[in-house]
Amino acid sequence: MVSNNSSHTTHRHRDDVGAKLGMWLFLFTELLLFGGMFLAYAVYRMKYPQQFHLSAMEMNTTIGTINTIILLTSSLTMVLSIAAIQKKNKFLSIIFLVSTLILGVLFLINKYFEWGHEISKGIYPGSEVLLSKDNGEILYFGLYYAMTGLHGLHVIIGMIVLLFMLVFIINDNIKWDDYVKLENSGLYWHLVDIIWIFLFPLFYLIQ
Amino acid sequence: MANGTAVLADKSFYEEGTTKAKSGIAAWIFSTDHKRIGLLYLFAIVTFFIVGVIIAELIRLELIAPGETIVDAETYNRLFTLHGVIMIFLFIIPGIPAIFGNFFLPIQIGAKDVAFPRLNLLSWWLYMTGAALALTSLFLPGGPADTGWTFYIPYSVRTGTNVTIALFAAFILGFSSILTGLNFVTTVHRLRAPGMTWFKMPLNIWALYATAWIQVIATPIIGITLLLIIVERTFGVGIFDPTLGGDPVLYQHLFWIYSHPAVYVMILPAMGVVSEIIATFSRRTVFGYKMVAFSSLTIAFVGYLVWAHHMFTSGLSETAAVLFSLLTFVVAIPSAIKVFNWIATMYKGSIDPRTPFKWVMVFIFLFSIGGLTGLVLGSLATDVHLHDTYFVVAHFHFVMFGGAGTIFIAAMHYWFPKMFGRMYNEKIADLGVYMFLVSFLTLYFPMFLLGYNGQPRRYFDYLPQFQTLHVISTIGAWMMLITLTLIIWNLINALRKGEKAPANPWGGVTLEWQTSSPPPLENFEEIPEITGEAYDFSKLKGTEYGLK
Repeated sequence: MVSNNSSHTTHRHRDDVGAKLGMWLFLFTELLLFGGMFLAYAVYRMKYPQQFHLSAMEMNTTIGTINTIILLTSSLTMVLSIAAIQKKNKFLSIIFLVSTLILGVLFLINKYFEWGHEISKGIYPGSEVLLSKDNGEILYFGLYYAMTGLHGLHVIIGMIVLLFMLVFIINDNIKWDDYVKLENSGLYWHLVDIIWIFLFPLFYLIQ
Repeated sequence: MANGTAVLADKSFYEEGTTKAKSGIAAWIFSTDHKRIGLLYLFAIVTFFIVGVIIAELIRLELIAPGETIVDAETYNRLFTLHGVIMIFLFIIPGIPAIFGNFFLPIQIGAKDVAFPRLNLLSWWLYMTGAALALTSLFLPGGPADTGWTFYIPYSVRTGTNVTIALFAAFILGFSSILTGLNFVTTVHRLRAPGMTWFKMPLNIWALYATAWIQVIATPIIGITLLLIIVERTFGVGIFDPTLGGDPVLYQHLFWIYSHPAVYVMILPAMGVVSEIIATFSRRTVFGYKMVAFSSLTIAFVGYLVWAHHMFTSGLSETAAVLFSLLTFVVAIPSAIKVFNWIATMYKGSIDPRTPFKWVMVFIFLFSIGGLTGLVLGSLATDVHLHDTYFVVAHFHFVMFGGAGTIFIAAMHYWFPKMFGRMYNEKIADLGVYMFLVSFLTLYFPMFLLGYNGQPRRYFDYLPQFQTLHVISTIGAWMMLITLTLIIWNLINALRKGEKAPANPWGGVTLEWQTSSPPPLENFEEIPEITGEAYDFSKLKGTEYGLK
């Protein structure tokens, strides 16, 4: 393979394929990061099937479903934002990126109410209500808070990245012929979406 | 730093930087030049190594007599935890890839820098942040962690020491390791010089490439595992704690899924350096080049599937134990392929036994002992007897210090002229090799006997009949301290008043020897075109290194 690093200034060379390769490797590490938690979930579900069933009954499937729809839609607006910049439509790209951000905020608001609801019932780590339950239920809610919490953190990080991209589009750092940053941020956003696609059935649907 | 010999370039990277600041510390800590970053790592890592050595000397001194000698049991627990955390996370895991990988990976593939120079700098900053956090944990109320470097549940959830900070430090160090790994993988894929096909790459690159993959694939698992303990400690979330229904053995699995591949992060780059040094000083292409290259990838792959051999006594099912024992034996095959091919490379070679080559000989000897005793621990019946004894301590010090550590010093001596443009005193350096071998064996060999006779590891006290062996080992530790001081002093001395090094002091043929010592900012005056094999020594015909 011949390197396409032919420019003579080391630190300004551009390699979109390389940038995407690096991003995919990073996403791979993110999958493995969550993979450790999915593994723990699988092990404990095998160990305490009954308690996992009981705990899942307490989840609010409606909020979960709404959040799934919100995140899937935000992935769509993300893709549309990239498509718009490719078609040299800066304005439309900004509109779609802002929509993605708004959907991200909506997701977090929903999450806030959902967690708030559980906490108001007294179910939170270390609470007396939770500790009086069976071990399997303690683990279920432990994993629920840890996994959705880490996912929520990823949503926030994703939104910060997208905010940067918004600024980059506005001052033409990202353009129709140079948008690999936006594409990579999009990949990250889709990863956040995909993780949710697995969290949703594991905690809300399998009862 | 003085100018190099400037055979090819007018200015070395010491005189020309990537930052606005021309000199001073800012020209280093904000530089995106892979060579400067490599040297930043060198400085930091050697410092931590020295700290780790001092702690080890304290541990050995405590063990010179049964009962309390210089520290109490509680302090002893903290000392060995610190020694483990520093040596593993701050020295040996980043060691060769972060220093020599950063410095030589781009040069050996004929690139100007790594694929993501700024990310590379971020990795160094993360490394320093992690290290700073680890050091902070020593001085905050609660004191340093006393769990051992493995942070086993449930003790790590219960202890009042600063485990959370130590865990977070390890998490950040892991993040730094991941970013370095993905940077190297991308660099090898994207930035090889024209004509450098996969099988024309030096074997050091194959080893670093395989290592980088392990860093990318294995490190996230430890990341999440450590995060989960932090969450468990801070918020009382039930995940591993058995009183909340959690499973401590699950923690051990998750821990070793990373930490076993991590030992290959430590040893694989060392093996790459060995291939380079043996080829250069035998003036011969590496025997079975492709097999040596593939064996790096095989070790990386199989090494991912053997983790539970650390857990034979944890209540693992018999089927699992047998399987993991078998897989452990399988790792010996690619390792043996390497050792036999190195020996075959030397056969009928024109051997020039300079200092780096002598280090490699020490490596092969010590690593073979370390590797073979690994098989003793990998077999179920003997492991039950030897598990958590000094036999294990001896084994991993033979493979880690005798293996990766020795090659760290070898790489230092091999590439020193290229990195700093100076030669060191080879006679003193050779003396260092001999002294190292003697003190190493005095220090660690008694531990095999201790372990075989039943001395458990991590114990602060022992039965009187073990004292003779402990005393021998402690004397070995003092000898090692003198040896390391001599080696480091010799190199520092060379920095100050060593002779100027030529571009190619050893007669090497890989790309780093075709640029000046030290190299210019963008490594080469012109990006080289690669036409031949990596180790084609016919190039040297008619030169001062000419073959007979």
